[in-house]
Amino acid sequence: MRWRPGVGLSVGAVFLVLFIVLPFIGLHVPWVLPGTLDIVNSTGTLEVLALCFLFAGVAVGYDLMFGYTGLMSLGPVLYFAVGTYVFDIALTRWEWPLFSALLLTFAVSLALAIVLGAIALRVQGIAFAMVTLAFAQAFYFLVESNPHNLTAGDTGLSLSYTRLPSFLSGAVSNTRNLYWIALGFLLIAYLIVWLVTESVTGHVFVAIRDNELRLDVLGVRPFRFKMVSFVVSSLIATGGGIVYILVIGTAVPSVVASTTVTLSILIMVVLGGAGLRWGAVVGAMVYVYLQQYLDKVGAEPSFARLPAVLRVPLSEPQFLLGAIFVLFVFFAPGGIAGIVVRRRLHRASATTLLSVFKKS
Amino acid sequence: MNIFLVLTFSGVALGAIYFLAASGLSLIYGLMDVLNFAHGLFMTLGAYAGYEFATRLPSSWGAPTRVILAIIGATVVGALVAGITELILIRPLYGKPISQILITIGLDLAVVGLLMGGFGSTALQIPVPLWLIEPTHIGGLFLPNANFLAIGAGVIVLVGLELFLARTRYGIIIRAGVENREMVRALGIDVGRAFTLVFVVGGAMAGLAGVLYTIVFSGDLVSPSQGDGLLIFAFIVVVIGGLGSIRGSAVAALVVALLQQYTTFYIGGHSGWAQIGDLSTVLLLAVVLELRPRGLFGRVA
Repeated sequence: MRWRPGVGLSVGAVFLVLFIVLPFIGLHVPWVLPGTLDIVNSTGTLEVLALCFLFAGVAVGYDLMFGYTGLMSLGPVLYFAVGTYVFDIALTRWEWPLFSALLLTFAVSLALAIVLGAIALRVQGIAFAMVTLAFAQAFYFLVESNPHNLTAGDTGLSLSYTRLPSFLSGAVSNTRNLYWIALGFLLIAYLIVWLVTESVTGHVFVAIRDNELRLDVLGVRPFRFKMVSFVVSSLIATGGGIVYILVIGTAVPSVVASTTVTLSILIMVVLGGAGLRWGAVVGAMVYVYLQQYLDKVGAEPSFARLPAVLRVPLSEPQFLLGAIFVLFVFFAPGGIAGIVVRRRLHRASATTLLSVFKKS
Repeated sequence: MNIFLVLTFSGVALGAIYFLAASGLSLIYGLMDVLNFAHGLFMTLGAYAGYEFATRLPSSWGAPTRVILAIIGATVVGALVAGITELILIRPLYGKPISQILITIGLDLAVVGLLMGGFGSTALQIPVPLWLIEPTHIGGLFLPNANFLAIGAGVIVLVGLELFLARTRYGIIIRAGVENREMVRALGIDVGRAFTLVFVVGGAMAGLAGVLYTIVFSGDLVSPSQGDGLLIFAFIVVVIGGLGSIRGSAVAALVVALLQQYTTFYIGGHSGWAQIGDLSTVLLLAVVLELRPRGLFGRVA
């Protein structure tokens, strides 16, 4: 019954070192990275990888709430968008220094998570999902309506780099620094989730997921633990939002604040394997990479020659990702991690992992 | 005062559409514990089906006939797609509610992606007869004719649904299943067929809601993600009304739609407040949850 942490740890360490030194390697990889991205340390590739890392961080944070605590929130995008917009507004509109902007962003996120979490956690299951979705949508309406000219509405709010240190300025040569920041964010998010899930609190989370009633009977009030899970997960999403605006430089409501982002995060976690930290990371990396890759492949001229029956579906990343997701839910509900764990490590772990999906 | 009455009238029309969208969702959830994310997709497909019917039917049939056939066609397509979805995707995953939700999310994404590829992401326009755009003059008020259409459809469906649930054998099985599914199964009744039926009925109402929303509120324009936008309000209506309750959905749909119309008109005009109508519905949801977590007409969770 023993999980062997040594294997996972060494694999993780190897990947970490590889990703840290990657910007120094000028390797040419055709096929794997389409078009102009085929050199691994080109700006384009580093930007795609930075996106992979930051969403992997957000996904592992979401997994803490969804996979470990069994709370299916459909509103993680709210805290992601708070990260992007509050940080962006503080730096661009109010020209605050970096540290104060960071502090404000996390303070706003924390306050929102506590207030909205307390309201949403009054209901359970599906109603919780719907309510969190509605709150996130409210924030979307808010940023879209451009209150007091703060968010620039649909036009999108570009980040002003004047108050940022020079190594973060928008220059192309700084992509490498942003890449490392994104990687650092993933590492921090992963460590936080690791510490929480290995702690007593984390064990209570799993107990809530598996049988909330039993916990209540034992005299443990699940509400507080669910709040902790919700808040930690939300703060990690906010961190991801901050890294996003640094890497991409523009916040557009439909890209950073719409339900699509929530669904993407959910898909990443399920694709990777809910309830296993590294599963969420792998799922997010695969998802973001596929999304970028399919987008570029679909635009290739050779596709224009295909008949419409093939061309239309194959050049729509959203269709392909949706279809892949449906197949996974059907045939591999434990996700990528579920497949690997079952084959390589131990059957028992895979069954605990799958228990998330059995719960009603 | 006149403006207030016209607003109220269009609010009731919007409420009728919210009711069509929400009641199916609520029934499906009440009976099967499935949060059907593909409900937005059913609405979008209804709207596209309406577009296809309205543009492809021979123009010699006249615009009124084509619009009526388009509305019927949208309803049928919604019912068919929903029925097939239940049989192929939902049925194999009974007992795994989270997987069922996830599968409807995947279906929604995939088919909306296909629609974007097939029809393009720019909106298409349904050709409608002039009388639908013109207003009727009643007692000093100019009421848009399209609103009558939505309200009429909403009332017919509400009455029909209530009769179906109260009088027919399957209606009674569905109501019993919403109350206690295991008991119905224990009595030897095939709940599975009721599941498919609920999806078909919900899908038909969603298809109808999708095409009516297009004709009445979006200037006859159809776009791939419009159903997903409507779905958010349907969710809000379902939670406020109480999961599984048809009457709850009807009342909540009216309240939400009226609130949205009033706030949009009276407050939304000021700069920076354009989205207040949409925001106010979420605020209402938060207030209702604080005061009454199971919704207005909800059963105990």
